[in-house]
Amino acid sequence: MALSIISRSFKASCYIHRRKWTNIKHFSIATGEPEFLGVNTIFTNELKFLNKDSYHPIPIYRIFDGSDKSTLTNVKLDNETLLKMYHNMITLSVMDKILYESQRQGRISFYMTNAGEEALQIGSAAALSLKDMIYAQYREAGVLLWRGYKLSQFMNQCYGNCEDEGKGRQMPVHYGSKALNFVTLSSPLTTQLPQAVGAAYALKRAKSDSCVTVYFGDGAASEGDAHAAFNFAATLDCPIIFMCRNNGYAISTPTHEQYKGDGIAAKGPAYGINTVRVDGNDALAVNHATRIAREFCINEQKPVLIEAMSYRVGHHSTSDDSTAYRSNDEIMQWTKYTPIMKFRHYLEKLGLWNQEKESNLVKSTRKEVLTALEIAEIKLKPHWKDMFTDVYKEIPQHIKKQMEDMETHLEKYHDHYPLSKYKKL
Amino acid sequence: MVLSELCTRLRNVRLRPDYIRKHVSRKVHFSYVSSPKPKNAGETQKLNMFQAINNGLNLVLEKDPTAVIFGEDVAFGGVFRCTMGLQEKYGTDRVFNTPLCEQGIAGFGIGLANAGATAIAEIQFADYIFPAFDQLVNEAAKVRYRSGGMFNCGKLTIRSPCGAVGHGGLYHSQSPEAYFAHTPGLKIVIPRGPIQAKGLLLSCIDEEDPCIIFEPKVLYRSAVDEVPLAHYKTPIGKAEVLREGDAVTLVGWGTQVHVLREVADLAQEKLDVSCEVIDLVSILPWDMEAVCKSVKKTGRVVIAHEAPLTGGFAAEIAATIQEECFLYLEAPVQRITGWDTPFPLVFEDFYLPDKWRCFDAVKRILNY
Repeated sequence: MALSIISRSFKASCYIHRRKWTNIKHFSIATGEPEFLGVNTIFTNELKFLNKDSYHPIPIYRIFDGSDKSTLTNVKLDNETLLKMYHNMITLSVMDKILYESQRQGRISFYMTNAGEEALQIGSAAALSLKDMIYAQYREAGVLLWRGYKLSQFMNQCYGNCEDEGKGRQMPVHYGSKALNFVTLSSPLTTQLPQAVGAAYALKRAKSDSCVTVYFGDGAASEGDAHAAFNFAATLDCPIIFMCRNNGYAISTPTHEQYKGDGIAAKGPAYGINTVRVDGNDALAVNHATRIAREFCINEQKPVLIEAMSYRVGHHSTSDDSTAYRSNDEIMQWTKYTPIMKFRHYLEKLGLWNQEKESNLVKSTRKEVLTALEIAEIKLKPHWKDMFTDVYKEIPQHIKKQMEDMETHLEKYHDHYPLSKYKKL
Repeated sequence: MVLSELCTRLRNVRLRPDYIRKHVSRKVHFSYVSSPKPKNAGETQKLNMFQAINNGLNLVLEKDPTAVIFGEDVAFGGVFRCTMGLQEKYGTDRVFNTPLCEQGIAGFGIGLANAGATAIAEIQFADYIFPAFDQLVNEAAKVRYRSGGMFNCGKLTIRSPCGAVGHGGLYHSQSPEAYFAHTPGLKIVIPRGPIQAKGLLLSCIDEEDPCIIFEPKVLYRSAVDEVPLAHYKTPIGKAEVLREGDAVTLVGWGTQVHVLREVADLAQEKLDVSCEVIDLVSILPWDMEAVCKSVKKTGRVVIAHEAPLTGGFAAEIAATIQEECFLYLEAPVQRITGWDTPFPLVFEDFYLPDKWRCFDAVKRILNY
C-alpha cells in the first residue's frame, strides 16, 4: 500500500515535470525576440566585446573659440549679465589670492583656491535661479558669490568668528547659506550627491518650479555615493543637474588613475541620464548648457549630467604642493590662457571691456577684499558654549551636564584657555 | 502493511507541534507578555508589531502630505509586511521602491529632509545599515551642527529590523545600536512590542532630529498587543520600569526585556528575591536618571543585550553606574551579552544571553 502511494506520487511528479519541460521547450522555440526582463534589445550571433573605443568619445561643447564668428552666436547674454559674470570672476580670483596668502602667513588655518574653474562656477551659477537648491563639494565659492554671498561672509567663515553663520565649527571654505539656498558643505566627498537627489525628489513632489544642482569633482565621481545618486535620480525621475568639474586631478591622482572610460560623461547614458560634456573654460558654453539642462530638468522632471572639462591651476589646497606630482610646464600651459582671460577677450570683442576698466576693477576689488579680511580678523570667536549647541534641536540632559562640567572647569583653569579671543555672553 | 504503518507514523510524528519545536529551529528564546492597554487609549485593536507599525505609518501619510516611505521592496508591502497596502492607498510617489543601495537610501532621505519633506526610510535588515554608516554618522548626525542650525535633517527617520530571529546567521541577526550610540546628533530607539513600536515610530517621525528605530524582527508576528488606533507618542529618552523590585536591577531593551522578565520570575520562584526590570527603550539619549535611581535602590545591576560584549552599549551604562552609584553598589555591575564572535547560525542557542545565563548572573551577583 505504501509502495503504491510512493509510486503514485512518483508518477504524479514525473507528469508535472514533463509538463514543465514541454512548456519550456515550446516557449523558447516560439519566441524569436529576447524576453529577458532587464533589457530591451535583440539577439546577435556575433561575439563582440564593447569598450570606450567602440564608439566616439563624447565631444566637448563650446561657444567661444576666440574667433569673431562666435561673438555673433545667438546665445549671447545681455551686457549686464556678462559684466556681472566678469566682475564675479575677478572678485573670486582676487579673494583667492589674498586668502591663500593669509593662510601662508598663518592667519587662517586652511584654504582652497578656485583658479582655473572660475568660468565653470560663474557660468553655471548664472544660468540658475535662486529657487534652485545648490549642493556643493568645496571648490564652488564662485556659485555663492554669484548668488550674493558677501565678502564679509566668506571671511567670517574662514576666520570662524562670531559673525560666521556656521558658528566657527567647520574648517575654512565650508560655506553654506540658507538665505541663498546653498546647502552647507561638508568634507566627506560625494555624500552630497544622493542628498541632492532626495532634495530634488522633494521639489518634484512640492511641484516647485525649480531644480537642484549638485557640484562634484572627477575624483568624487569614483565614490559609491556617485553611483547611488545617478541611479536613484534616473529611476526616481528627479529634477537635478549633476555638474562634474573634471579638472584633471584629485589631489595628486591624475584622471588616468581615476577611471579608464570616457570620463565622467560617458557614465550618464549608462544610467539613462541625458548627458553633455562642455568646455569648462568657456563660461558661455557652461552657461548655455546649464540653462538648457535646467529647462529640461524642470519640464521633464528628469536628471541631466554635465561634465565640465577644466584644469586645476592652483594646488589642491594649502596643505598641498602640486609640483610634487605635476610639472611646472604643464601648469604654465594652462595659465597662459585662463578661462578669465578667455572671457575677457570675448568682452573686449563685444566692446564691453578694456585695459583701464580691468586695472580699476582689480584695484578696487583688492581693496574691498582686504578691508573685509581686516574686519573679519579682529572679530571675536563665538562663545565657547556654542560648541555644545545644535548637536540636537534641544540640548539633551547629558550634553547640558557636559557643558556645566566645562563651565566649572573654566572657572578654575581659565588662565590656560584663550578665553579673551572668544565672545562673552 | 508494516511499511504503510511506518509511513503513517512518521508522517504523524513530523506534524506534531512538539516535534517541530524540538527539531525545527523556529522556537524563540523568550515568551512575549502583552503590554497592558494604556489608560485613556480610546479605540484599540489587537495588532502584532508589523501591523502596529503599518498603522502608525498610515496615520503619518494621512496627516502629513510631504511624508514619503521608501526603501528596498517597500512598495509591495515590505519583506516583513510593515508597509502593506500603503502604496495602493497613498500612491506610487509616496511609497516607493529604491534601487538596492543603502548608502543611496540614507543619502536620499537626508536630502528629502533638508528640503523639508518627512522622510521615512527602511533599511531591510540592520545588518545592511553599514553601507549607510557614512551618510548616517558623518552626514545625518552633523547637518544641524556644522551649518550652525541653518540646515537640518530632523525629518528623517530610519526604520530597520534588528536582532536575533532563531536562524538568521551572521547577517540577519545583528544588533548594531552601539555603533550608532557613539554618534552625537542621532537618536536611537528600540521597541519591545507593538504599542511601543507605534508610539516610538510616531515620536521619531515628529522629532526634529534624525532618528533610527531598530525593530526586533522576531517580534513582528510573535508579539501582539491591544494597540490604540489613534495617534500617540512614546517618549524618546525615557526608560520604563516594567516591574518593581528591591534585590537586583535588570536592564535591557527590545526582545531582551522579555527574557529579563522571565529571569525576574525565575529569581522570585527559585531565590525568593524581587528584581526590578527596566526597558531602556531609548539608546541615545538614554535615561541615566531612571537606571541610576533603580540601582541606588537595589545596589545590584545586570545589563543584558544581544550584541557582543566588547564596546556594547552595556559598557556605557556600566561605566555611568559606577560613576553615579559607586557608594550604593553591593557587587560589580554584570553584563550578560552576546559573545565577542560574529552571530552564528547553528549555535544561536549558545550565543544568546538567554534567561539561564541572565539568571545565573543574578544568582552570582546576590552571592557576591
